[in-house]
Amino acid sequence: MAVEDKFDAIVVGAGPSGNAAAYVMAREGLNVLQIERGEYSGSKNVQGAILYADALEKIIPDFRDDAPLERHVIEQRMWTMDDKSHTGMHYRSDDFNEDKPNRYTILRAQFDKWFSSKVREAGALVLYETTVTELVKDLSGQVIGVRTDRQGSPIMANIVILAEGVNGLVGQRSGLRDEVPPSSVALAVKEMHFLPRETIEARFNLSGNEGVVIEAMGTITKGMTGTGFLYTNEESISVGIGCIVSDFAESNVSPYELLEAFKSHPSIRPLLAGSECKEYAAHLIPEGGYRAIPQLYGNGWIVVGDAGQFVNAVHREGSNLAMTTGRIAAETVIAFTRKREEMNAANLADYVKRLEETFVMKDLKKYKGIPALLDGNKRNFFGTYPVLLSKAMQTWFRVDGIDKKSKEKAIFKSFREARSIWGMIGDAFKVVKAWR
Amino acid sequence: MSEVMLAPTAKVEEKLFQNRYLVDAGRPHIKVKPHEIPSASLLSMTKICPAGCYTQNESGQVEVVADGCLECGTCRIMTRETGEIEWNYPRGGFGVLYKFG
Repeated sequence: MAVEDKFDAIVVGAGPSGNAAAYVMAREGLNVLQIERGEYSGSKNVQGAILYADALEKIIPDFRDDAPLERHVIEQRMWTMDDKSHTGMHYRSDDFNEDKPNRYTILRAQFDKWFSSKVREAGALVLYETTVTELVKDLSGQVIGVRTDRQGSPIMANIVILAEGVNGLVGQRSGLRDEVPPSSVALAVKEMHFLPRETIEARFNLSGNEGVVIEAMGTITKGMTGTGFLYTNEESISVGIGCIVSDFAESNVSPYELLEAFKSHPSIRPLLAGSECKEYAAHLIPEGGYRAIPQLYGNGWIVVGDAGQFVNAVHREGSNLAMTTGRIAAETVIAFTRKREEMNAANLADYVKRLEETFVMKDLKKYKGIPALLDGNKRNFFGTYPVLLSKAMQTWFRVDGIDKKSKEKAIFKSFREARSIWGMIGDAFKVVKAWR
Repeated sequence: MSEVMLAPTAKVEEKLFQNRYLVDAGRPHIKVKPHEIPSASLLSMTKICPAGCYTQNESGQVEVVADGCLECGTCRIMTRETGEIEWNYPRGGFGVLYKFG
């Protein structure tokens, strides 16, 4: 293998951001090397997973022809849970049964393998089973290549795109960005439960390849900031739960016990009945939002995807931000390669300018106050309010000879006692302020 | 015959048993540095490591067996300030191999 040549670009990592970057550059004729530590693209990657079509369409418009997609999402269920109940807001629409559906459930190991095959078809050289150990810099500090655990000599390139994921060891060890604090990342655990497709369709009121996703919050996270989820795939169900790492440490709760409790919840258990679990996974999700975004470019390098904290935790979006940052980074690199200009920080600042024009930065800016808001109010938002809501619902729906006016009074009293009028007004104000 | 996995088992070993790994024998990618008394952060790993890799021995030190590691990085992030753990990715190709991810 001829890796002595100098590449136009090296991409570290083959998740959605790295694959997007490598694909776009290779398609435009750049000489691209991509390096992935897993046996195949996807073997180290974990996601719920929902694929948002728009971000991929902008890279591979006809991806639906051969990408391994599970079900297109026609129904979203948002649940607020206490120990025995859930209050749901569901949105289901036949409009989502469209020619080009908007959201799909996917299995990341299979999807990433497919994406990686597209990267190779586009002409990039992809090295699997190879871990990048460090960046190589020249005397001026310009990044000029990488070292790996396979090749003795460094591999050189005009630019290194770091798509190395949430742990991002290479960039951190090279001092390009700080370590992520435990308060800015969530730890999610997930299981894959297999069921016959007819069972899934009957259980979730689906036909054909229609799919349902459930996002849940409440006492399931035991006062920690976090959410649970359950997604329908073709012949399996992805079920998982995630909370902020520092919350896990403070509460001393074991993630797999939390997942077991979630699976045993009376609202979840029947959905999984009779299933066979075939995998248990864990992964970190960067959830620090806009304020946690590190320096994204420098002399000879750019950061994309989870390594750059590109996750919109409020909307459970990440892979679409990853693909978009990968694409924009690639377009930036392509432009300067064609102009034969240097890959220095002054030029690469263009990457962030381009990102500012997209939903990526706009959405992250919009929600920049949310992580701090949740952290400061987790006991109320993930404990007190879900319990109050559930009790109010039960009071309201239970017919027991008590008149409705008395029920209304009882509900208001329960809220006042648990959280005081001013407490609630303050919480509402804080939410509105962080949301805008 | 399919195995029904619905009884709530909190045994993490049974969960890890579902997974595919290629263990790099004799080259663990996580090491706990020698210590007398573990910090609260390191000690918390005996509870919050999702693969149950961390245990406390009889004399109070925290030990790691990383064969079932899911490579999430929680321990790396928890001990970033105390520096009690040496954390690397497994060599290319080794470690957990997610079938579904």
